[in-house]
Amino acid sequence: MQTLRLYRSTVGKKAVMAVTGVGLLLFVVGHMVGNLAIFSGPAAIDGYAAWLREIGVVWPLRFGLLLCVGLHMVVAIQLARRARKARPVGYEHGRRPQSYAARTMRWGGVVIALFVVYHLLDLTAGVANPHGVQGEVYNNLVADFRLWYVVLAYTVAVLALGLHIRHGAWSALQSLGVTAPRGIALVVATAICAGYLSVPAAVVLGVVS
Amino acid sequence: MKLTLRIWRQSGPTGALVTYPLDDLSPDMSFLEMLDVLNESLVLRGEEPVAFDHDCREGICGMCGLMINGVAHGPEKATTACQLHLRHFRDGDTVTVEPWRAKPFPVLRDLVVDRSALDRIVESGGYISAPTGSAPDAHATPVPKQAADTAFTSAACIGCGACVAACPNGSAMLFTAAKATHLGSLPQGQPERWTRAQDMVQAHDDLGFGGCTNAGECIPACPKGIPLTTIAQLNRDLLRSHLR
Repeated sequence: MQTLRLYRSTVGKKAVMAVTGVGLLLFVVGHMVGNLAIFSGPAAIDGYAAWLREIGVVWPLRFGLLLCVGLHMVVAIQLARRARKARPVGYEHGRRPQSYAARTMRWGGVVIALFVVYHLLDLTAGVANPHGVQGEVYNNLVADFRLWYVVLAYTVAVLALGLHIRHGAWSALQSLGVTAPRGIALVVATAICAGYLSVPAAVVLGVVS
Repeated sequence: MKLTLRIWRQSGPTGALVTYPLDDLSPDMSFLEMLDVLNESLVLRGEEPVAFDHDCREGICGMCGLMINGVAHGPEKATTACQLHLRHFRDGDTVTVEPWRAKPFPVLRDLVVDRSALDRIVESGGYISAPTGSAPDAHATPVPKQAADTAFTSAACIGCGACVAACPNGSAMLFTAAKATHLGSLPQGQPERWTRAQDMVQAHDDLGFGGCTNAGECIPACPKGIPLTTIAQLNRDLLRSHLR
């Protein structure tokens, strides 16, 4: 009963948002660190991918991520609908929220979700990849980032993710009752953007080929 | 100085912005004095004066509340609409004046909204149960300085509703958190601290306010400078109350 009452409250929903968001953030950090293996050559990153399958973390991780993404989205939609109902008549002289990151959380989340679908078709299923050979992570990545529109889509998605984290990482702490300086979220978001964008940048600049 | 006012006029279920040009204003007038001048001229012309809430006119009661050019209480920081003076506008400006907008704040007339919803939140837990009688000695219950400061900062809330008006989600979380933090920081407020957090958040949600998404828009809107840390404390209290 207590748990249900907590889940039904707006504060409880924000806590769900925060916990699932932190889970997804930890995954994003781990994924980024894994990506950097590309700088050690084809053997390193292909071997890393094979090792992940060997130790059997892939499927448990997928279930965990699916749960986090599902809850994160359900609660986000519930809160967005609630917010819309709370102000049926808007202002004639409106003003947009000052924090760009805060006001793009909802649509930015949609952009990230759409990219994730493409990303899974591209590099997990391989059907949207110009090379698309299972296990040849290095070659798949290089084939992708030789196409300017793939680089563009990837960059936009990573920046959207960065903005999402810029507000989200700080907001998650606040929702869980911890007041942290906003700068922490900026540092985390910048580091994640830099890490992810280093891979397409390396391919475009010919460091990795 | 001259200003063109666009004021929300509403006497039934819907309303509209009406334009009123004003001449011969003094920059030293307060915003509400300007509305008084407008109303005098409207009455002389046989028109209905603009209804707006006001009481103390010294920034301490929380009655006045206007959305001025999309900003709650107007452009000055930590200032109520009654303490806003025309010198902060430029001669010839057009100024849009609207009521607070939120489902739990129905418009009664023109710029006046019914803010009883905030009273309902306080009734649900914004109090302490204590034996009444003669006032206790000031030092009967020792209060750590830090707790006293936190409580005092939160207690500065005058319940004007600007946080709700400014919130993109129509949330009253800053108000609710200010009340809960004020009492929850003091020894006298401890016995009911956990049920208070649950009951006040429940009342807030049931009244139809939106959920807080930490956008932070309430902070510059608040005329009393209530900090966002109060919301973190209420979140913490609510989560702890369920996990205890």
